[in-house]
Amino acid sequence: MALSAGVDVGSTQTKAVIINEGLEIVGRSLIDTGANVVQAAEKAYLNALNDSGRREEEVTYVIGTGYGRYKVTFGDTQVTEISCHGRGAVHMFPKTRTVLDMGGQDTKAISVSETGEIVDFCMNDKCAAGTGRFLGAASMALDIPLDKLGPTALKSEKPVKISTTCTVFAESEVLSWLGKGKKIQDILLGVHKSISSRSISLLRRVGLDDEITFTGGVAKNIGMVEVLNENLGSKMNVSDDSHFMGALGAALFAMDHIKTSRIPAGGEA
Amino acid sequence: MNDTLKKEMVGRGTREGAALFRDWFQDLTEKAKNGETAAYVFVMGSIAEILRTFDLPMVFPEIHSLQTAVRHVADDYLNVAEDYGYSPDICGYVKADFAMQMQNGKHPMGQIPKPGIAVLTNACNTYLKWAEIWERIYEVPMVSIDVPATREAGTRTWPGDDQFEREKKYIKAQLMELIEICEDHTGKKFDIDRLREVLGHVNTMSSGWKRVLELNQSRPSLFNALTDGTVYLGMSNVFRGTPEGAEFFTRLVEEMEYMSANGIGTLTDEKYRLSFIGVPCYPIFRRFNEMFTEWGGSFVMSSYLWFASGGSNLGFQYDLTDPLDSLSEGVLISVRDAMDSMFHPELTVLNNSKEYNIDGVVYHPIKSCRTTSAGMADNRRALMENSDLPSLFIESDMMDSRVVTEAQMKNRIDAFFEGLASRKAKATIGV
Repeated sequence: MALSAGVDVGSTQTKAVIINEGLEIVGRSLIDTGANVVQAAEKAYLNALNDSGRREEEVTYVIGTGYGRYKVTFGDTQVTEISCHGRGAVHMFPKTRTVLDMGGQDTKAISVSETGEIVDFCMNDKCAAGTGRFLGAASMALDIPLDKLGPTALKSEKPVKISTTCTVFAESEVLSWLGKGKKIQDILLGVHKSISSRSISLLRRVGLDDEITFTGGVAKNIGMVEVLNENLGSKMNVSDDSHFMGALGAALFAMDHIKTSRIPAGGEA
Repeated sequence: MNDTLKKEMVGRGTREGAALFRDWFQDLTEKAKNGETAAYVFVMGSIAEILRTFDLPMVFPEIHSLQTAVRHVADDYLNVAEDYGYSPDICGYVKADFAMQMQNGKHPMGQIPKPGIAVLTNACNTYLKWAEIWERIYEVPMVSIDVPATREAGTRTWPGDDQFEREKKYIKAQLMELIEICEDHTGKKFDIDRLREVLGHVNTMSSGWKRVLELNQSRPSLFNALTDGTVYLGMSNVFRGTPEGAEFFTRLVEEMEYMSANGIGTLTDEKYRLSFIGVPCYPIFRRFNEMFTEWGGSFVMSSYLWFASGGSNLGFQYDLTDPLDSLSEGVLISVRDAMDSMFHPELTVLNNSKEYNIDGVVYHPIKSCRTTSAGMADNRRALMENSDLPSLFIESDMMDSRVVTEAQMKNRIDAFFEGLASRKAKATIGV
C-alpha cells in the first residue's frame, strides 16, 4: 500500500499530511514556518511521517502547496493551495460547493464543483485586512493569546464597530477603543465581525452556494465560526482538521497521480 | 519550408516596429533639442488625420509614460509627481508625463518636445484633466472633440439612422473648428488633397490591422496579443496616416499570412488560447506574460488592441471622394467602438470566442486606471452568465510597481491554469 504526502507551506504555519490508498489521514504535523522555509517543509514532512509510524520509502509521491510550494525541494510537483483547499474540503464534506479558506495573510473564497475542481475563486488583494493577520494584530494589541480570542469575543454583548479596513491601523483603533474604556470582549467581537463582513463579501463574489466549508487556521477560532454562521444565516462545515485542508488536498492530488500512473496505456488498472 | 525565408518573415513585424519606434523617439529628441513643439494627442481618437495634414509632429503621452514602466524607471517619475502633490491613486500615465514635463522632457528613450497644441477626445475621462495641466503650464490651445458614446450596450446607431447622422454632423463641426485652430497654430492653409493622401494611408493601416487580428484565429496563434500585439498597436497609433505605417501593416499582413499558411505559431506548444481584457502590466511586462506561457497559455485576443487603437480594429475605410464627411463618420464609429471595447469587451469576446477557440478570459483591472477597470467585475459576471468560459481576475497596475505583487499574481494564475487543465482533461475523457 503506497502512501502520498501533501506539504502546505503557508505564510505563518507549515502543515504536512500523509494519506494511505484508502484516502485516510495516517499522519499529520503543524509547525511555525519561520524564516527558513525549506527547513520548515522538511521538518513538517518528517514530523508527519513520524506521526504515521511509516517509513519514508513508502511515500511514493509528494506535492507541495501554499506560498512556499516551490520550496518543498523534496516534492515531486506543486499545486496551488486554492486547488488543494477545494479538493480537501470536498473530500471531507462531499456536498461542499463553496470554500472559505482563512489563513495567515490570505482569505480565499472558492467555488468548487462536485468533484472538487475549482469553478471560481476570489481573494483579498494587496492587503491583509480580513485575514488571520488581522486577528494577530488584535491579539498583540490586547495581549491575549490567539486561541483565547474567539472564546473571549463570544462573551461580548455590546460589540464595538471596527471601521478601519487596514490591519496595521486596526491595532491603533483597538487601542483607541481601549482608551475609551470599552471591554476587551466587545472590542474583540467587533474585530471578528469586521473580518466576517469582508469574508462574506468575498464569498458573495464567487456565489454563495448551499454548503460552505470553512478551512484554514482561522477556522479553529470558535468566535470566527460563530460570527460567520450568524452573518451567513447557515452553519458552515468545520472539520477538526480544517487547518490541514490544503495539505490534505495536496496529498489527495498526489494519490491521484500514484493511482493514475498504475493504469497501463489503453486500459484500466 | 525555406529556412532563410522563414527566418526573414517570422518576427519581422516586431523587429521593424521596434526599429521604427526608435527612429520616432530619435526624431522627437531632435525636435526637443531644437526647441520645436509637438501636438500632444491620445490613442483613443488622436485625430492624426488632420494633424498630419498640417505636418504636425505628434507626441502620445500615454506611450511615453508606459515606456518609463517598460524600462523600469516609472517609479522615479511617479515619485516626482507625488512630491508635487499628485495622489498615489490617480492615473500613473498622467503622473509620469507630469514628472517628465517638470524635467524638461527627460525620457529613457531620449527627450520629448513640449506641447504646442493638445487634441483630445472624451473617450477617457482623464484626458481632459490631463490636457488642462499642459494648458496651465504652457498656455497652449487645447481642443476637445466630444464623441457621442453608445447610449446602451449593444444598441449602436449606423449611417442612415437619424441619431447617427446628427452625431456625425456634430463631430464634423468640431473637426472644422480643429482645422481652423491648426491653421492659426501652424500658419498653413488646410489642404484637402493632403488630407485625402493621409486618409488613404490610414485606410491601408486599418484594413491591415483588422486582417492581422482576424488571422490570429489560426491554430497555433500567430502572435501573442499581449506582447507582440502591443508593438503592432504602437505602430498603429504613432505612424497613423503615414507611408511608413501603411507599409508596415502591408508587410505585417504578409508575415501573418505566411505564418498561417505554414502552421507557424508564436508558441511551440500552445495548450490554452486566452483572451486578455484590460491594460497590460507594464512594470513586469515580459514576466507577466511568461506566467501564462509557462503553462502553454497564449493570448490570441486582447481588448487593449481594440480600444487603445482608437477602434481601428474595425478597419473603417474612409471615402476619399468626400474626406471630411467620411472622417467625421470614421471618428464617430471608431472612437465609439473604442469606448465600447473598454466598457463591454465581453460582447466581442462572446461573439468571437468560437472563431478564436478561446479557452479562458483574463481580466486585468489596474489600480491607477478606473476608466478601464471600474466595471470589470460586473463585466466578468456578465461573461460568466452568458457563457461557460472560465475567467481569471487579477489586479495590478500599468505603471506603479508598488502595487504589482508577482507572487500573489502567480498564485492566482497557477490556480486558473490548474482549473483549465482539469477542465480539459475531463473534456478529453468525455466527463
